[in-house]
Amino acid sequence: MAQDGTVQNPTREHRIILRYADLPGYTPDIDCYLQHGGYEQLRKALSMEPAAIVAEVKASGLRGRGGAGFPTGTKWGFIDHAKNRKPVYLLCNADESEPGTFKDRQIIYKDPHQLIEGMIISSFANHAHLAYIYIRGEMARGAKILERALAEARAKNFLGTNILGSGYDLDIFVFRGAGAYICGEETGLIESLEGKRAYPRIKPPYFPAALGLYLCPTIVNNVETLCNVKHIVEMGGAAYARIGSTNNTGTRIWCVSGDVCRPGYFEYDGGAITMGELLYDVCGGIRNGNRLKALIPGGSSAKVLRAGEIYHIRRKNAAGAMEEIEMRLEDLPLDFDTIAASGSMSGSGGIIVMDHTRDMVECLDNLSAFYAHESCGQCTPCREGALWMRKVLDRMTGGKGRPEDPQLLLDLAGQIGGRTICAFGEACSWPVESFVAKFREEFESKAVAEEEKDRLQVTH
Amino acid sequence: MALIKNPFDHDLPPGDARLVHVHLDGEWVEVPAGLNVIEVAHRFGKQIPHYCYHPKLSISGNCRMCLFEMGMPRLGPDRKPILDGDGHPELQWMPRPQIACATTAFPGLGIRTTSTLVESCQKGVMEFLLANHPLDCPICDQAGECKLQEFAFDYGKGRSRFVEDKVRKPKRVDIGPRILLDDERCILCTRCIRFARELAGDDCLGITERGGYNRIAIHPEKRFTSDYSLNTADICPVGALTTKDFRFRMRVWFLKETKSICVDCATGCNVTIGSREGTVHRLTPRVNEAVNSHWMCDQGRLGFHPIHSKHRVLEPARREENGLFPGEWSLLLGQVAEALRKLEPSSLAFLVSARLTNEELFLVRSLRDLLAGESAILTEVVPRKGQADGLLRSDDLNPNSRGARILGIGADGEKLSVLRQRIEEGQLSGLFCLHEDAVAAGLPGELLGSLSVLVWQGILIDQTYERAHWVLPGASFAEKSGSMVNRADRVQRLERAIPAPGRSREDVWILRGLLLALGGEEPGQSGPEVFPKMAATIPAFHGLTWAGLGDQGQPLPVEVR
Ligand SMILES: Cc1cc2nc3c(=O)[nH]c(=O)nc-3n(C[C@H](O)[C@H](O)[C@H](O)COP(=O)(O)O)c2cc1C
Ligand code: SF4
Ligand code: SF4
Ligand code: SF4
Ligand code: FES
Repeated sequence: MAQDGTVQNPTREHRIILRYADLPGYTPDIDCYLQHGGYEQLRKALSMEPAAIVAEVKASGLRGRGGAGFPTGTKWGFIDHAKNRKPVYLLCNADESEPGTFKDRQIIYKDPHQLIEGMIISSFANHAHLAYIYIRGEMARGAKILERALAEARAKNFLGTNILGSGYDLDIFVFRGAGAYICGEETGLIESLEGKRAYPRIKPPYFPAALGLYLCPTIVNNVETLCNVKHIVEMGGAAYARIGSTNNTGTRIWCVSGDVCRPGYFEYDGGAITMGELLYDVCGGIRNGNRLKALIPGGSSAKVLRAGEIYHIRRKNAAGAMEEIEMRLEDLPLDFDTIAASGSMSGSGGIIVMDHTRDMVECLDNLSAFYAHESCGQCTPCREGALWMRKVLDRMTGGKGRPEDPQLLLDLAGQIGGRTICAFGEACSWPVESFVAKFREEFESKAVAEEEKDRLQVTH
Repeated sequence: MALIKNPFDHDLPPGDARLVHVHLDGEWVEVPAGLNVIEVAHRFGKQIPHYCYHPKLSISGNCRMCLFEMGMPRLGPDRKPILDGDGHPELQWMPRPQIACATTAFPGLGIRTTSTLVESCQKGVMEFLLANHPLDCPICDQAGECKLQEFAFDYGKGRSRFVEDKVRKPKRVDIGPRILLDDERCILCTRCIRFARELAGDDCLGITERGGYNRIAIHPEKRFTSDYSLNTADICPVGALTTKDFRFRMRVWFLKETKSICVDCATGCNVTIGSREGTVHRLTPRVNEAVNSHWMCDQGRLGFHPIHSKHRVLEPARREENGLFPGEWSLLLGQVAEALRKLEPSSLAFLVSARLTNEELFLVRSLRDLLAGESAILTEVVPRKGQADGLLRSDDLNPNSRGARILGIGADGEKLSVLRQRIEEGQLSGLFCLHEDAVAAGLPGELLGSLSVLVWQGILIDQTYERAHWVLPGASFAEKSGSMVNRADRVQRLERAIPAPGRSREDVWILRGLLLALGGEEPGQSGPEVFPKMAATIPAFHGLTWAGLGDQGQPLPVEVR
C-alpha cells in the first residue's frame, strides 16, 4: 500500500472508487469519511453552477456503470431545465442483481458516504430535490447502513433544507426492493418505486428523462456511476478523461468469479489491463491447474467468449484512422469498446470464468433457470420464451436431449431478442445464442448420448 | 360523442388534427397526425394483428403481436429530410421492429405491415402464445370468435415445437357474481385489468406470480362486482373470461346476429342480439360512438331473460266466469273493439308503457284519437326511476320516455294521480293497459274489479292480467322492429331477432287489428311500415326515414322539449 492510501499492486490496480473501502480501520461512519476528505467535493459543487457540473461530467466522458455504458453527461443533458416545470428526481440504481456482479455492494457496505456525496452533487447538478436509493431487497444490511449514513448526513446538513447555507434543498430516501432482478431495469425500478409491480415501461414514450417517476423527468444512475461524479468534480472533467483510454475513461471495477484461484473485485483504469493479465496475474490463473474454457465478460447477460477465439477488432488507431487488428481472448483490453467489438459486452463488469471441466449445457441451464425465474412475464416472447428455453435445457441436462434441440434453442432465442419491452429479452437470449453457437458440439452431444442409450437399451 | 367518457380514443384523433403523409406498404397516404398506426392500417383495409391494444384503453404494449417495420425520414447534413423526386422524404428503415400500438402518425412515417421480419415476429409471438395454451377449443365458449384461433390461422406456423410439460394454472376461478376466469386460457394482455381500472373504476384485477407462471387474479379481498364486469368478457381476446350466463349455452357460430338496442334504460345502448331458433342466448354491445361506444352495463345485458320466462303469456284470451278462456285473435279483437267503442270516451283511459316503440305508441295514439272523437281520452305512461351511474346507465329505466313524450302519450307519469282519482271516484269504466301493470303502477287493485272493460296487452303475467277481461299477448323487444328515442334524443332502431312465441303477436299487429275493427285507416303491418306515416304526422320526426336511421340511429331532426 502506498503512502497516500491507494492500493498499489504489481498489476497496476488503481483504486479511485474503492480507494478506502478495504483500508484497515476504515468504517462507514461519517466521521471516518470526513477525516478522509469527505464532503469536500460537495462544498465545491455547491459553489458551482449546476450546468457547469453537467459540463464537467460531459467532458469527463463518464459512461454508465449499470450495464449499458450510456454516456452520463448526455443522459443528464436530456432534461431541458429552461422548459421543465415538473420536479426532477434522481434515482440511484442499487439493485445489483446481475449474476456475477458484486461491486456496488462494496461501496454501499464499506463507503456509503461516497455514494451519498456523489448523489447529492448529481441531484444538485440535475435540479433534483428528492432522490431515492433503490436497493436490492436481499441487501438488508446495506439498506441499514445507508439509512444510518443518510441520518448522519442529515444531521450535518449535507442533506435537508438549505444545505451548507447554499439555499439548495435535497432529501434522499432508501427504498428496498422485494427481490426481483427486473427491478434493476430502470423503468421497472420506477414502477416498483411507485408501489406497483416492476413491469418495465414501453419506450417510447416512457423515457425516464422525460416521463420517469410519477411521469416527471428522472435520472437513473448506477451506484458506481454516481460515485464517479464526486471524483469528476474533484479533478475536473478533463483530468478525469485522461484516466483510462479514449471513450473508456475513468476506472472500472471488475468482478471476477468462477474457476479462478483468487476471485474478487479489482479496480483498473479503462483499458489498462487485458483479460489475460486479469485472469492470470491478478486472479492467479485457473483453479486446480485447469484450462480456461470460456468466460462471460460483463455479467450473465453478456455473450460468452470461448477460449482460443480470435477476434477481429476494428478500432481507431492513434492517427484516428480505422484499423482492424486480430486479438486473442487473453489480449482483449478490459474496456467498453473492445469487449463490444469482440461480440459481447463489458456490461456490469462481472466476469464469470469457466474451466475445461465445465459442461456448457449445464452452465447455460443454470443461467436459463435464473432468467426463467426473473422474467417479469409482461411481454409474450420473454415470458414464454425464457421458460421454454429453460425447460429444453433442463431436459437436455436430464439426459433427454434431441438432435433438434440446439436449433430450437437458437430459434427461440432469435424470436425473443429485439422484440420485447425491455432489454431483458436480450439478456435472456444472448447467453443462449452464444453458448449454442460457440459450443454447438456439446449441445448436439446431448442428443447423441440419448440415441446411444436407446441403442444400448435395445441390445440388453 | 358517446354518452360515456372513454379514458382513451386512439381511433378518434382530435378533429383539428392536421393531415400528414405516411408511407404505408409502399404507398403514400394521408392520415390525421397522431393517429395510432393500427388504426392507420385499418383505415386502408390492412390488419395489423393485435391482442393487448384496445382503442379505448391505455396502451400497454405487452403482447408484441403488432410488431411492424418502421421507417423514418433520412436526414441530410442540414438535419432536414432528404426528398425524393416526388417531394416525399427518403426513408430509413429501423433494424428493430416496433410496436404499432404505441406508434402514432407523423410526417414521413414509414409502415410495413408485411415483410419477412414482420412475419417472423408474428409467427414467433403466435408460437409462444400457443406453447402453454391448454387448447381446449372444443369446450371453450370463445371458440369461433377467438383471436388466438384467428391469428393462429392467419399468422401462425401451423405446428408446435413445444414438447415440454405445459404450465398449469387455475381454471374456473370465480372472480365475481357474473364472471369466471380461466387462467390457463389467458394470454395476459391486461385488457381486463385496464378496463376495470380505467373504465369501470373498480381496480380489482391484477397479475400475480412471475414470468411464465404469471396469472390474472382478483384482489384477495375483493369481488369483481362492477355493473360493467361483463364487458371484460367481450374484450378478452380469448376464452379466459366468460360470463356465467352464457357459458356453455351455445356455440357462437350457431347464433344469428341481429342489430338492435338494449331496452333496459333510456340510454339505448346498441347491441347485437345472439339468437338461435326462437331463443335469445345473449346480448353483446355493438359499437356506437354516439351512444355507448363499445360498452353496456351488466343489468342491460342480462335483462333479456324474462322474455323466455315461464310466466310469459302465450294465448289471447277472454275472462269467463271460471277463468280465462283462450280464443281466436280475430274474434277477441272484434270483442275488444266493440267494448271500447261502447264506452263513453271520457270514461276510458290508456295506461301505456314507455318501453313500447314509437310506432306502437303512434298506433295507441291513433286508437285513442279514433275513439275519442270530439272528447278526450286520458293516456299516461308509468315512470321507472333508477340510479344513474355516471357511466352509461340512466336514472330513467324506460327506454322510450322521450318517444312517449314526443308522441303525446305521457310524460313521466304526471297524470297518474288524475287517473287514480278518476278510478277512485268511479268516473272510469274502461282501462286499457299496454305492457304495464296498473296495480304495480299504484292504481287501486280492488277498484279495478269495478271496471266494465279492462284490457290487458303485455308479455308477462301480472296483477292486472289476473283481473283483465281481455288478454292480448304482445311481443318483447327481441320480437319486433321499431324505433325508440334515447335520453340524448337519438332515434334508434330495434330489429326483430326471433318470432313472438306461441300465439302472441307483435304489438303493432294487435293495435292495427283494433284500429281496423274500429273502422280506422290501414296503418301498416309492422314497425317499419308504420314509420313513414308517423314521420309525416309527428313534426319531431319530420324528414326521418326507416332506412335512414340505419343501424347507428339518427339524432332528432328538430329540437324538442
Ligand atoms: C434486466 C435488466 C436489469 C438491470 N439491472 C440493473 C442493476 O441491477 N443495476 C444497475 O445499475 N443497472 C441495471 N440495469 C440497467 C438499468 O436499466 C439502467 O440502464 C442503469 O441503471 C442506468 O445507469 P447508468 O447509466 O449509470 O449505467 C438493468 C437493465 C436491465 C435490462
Ligand atoms: S422483456 Fe421480459 S422482463 Fe422485460 S418486460 Fe418483457 S417479459 Fe418483462
Ligand atoms: S383474462 Fe382475457 S382480457 Fe384479461 S389478461 Fe387474460 S386474456 Fe387478457
Ligand atoms: S346502460 Fe342502459 S341501455 Fe346500456 S346496456 Fe345498460 S341498461 Fe342497456
Ligand atoms: S397490440 Fe401492440 S403490443 Fe399488443
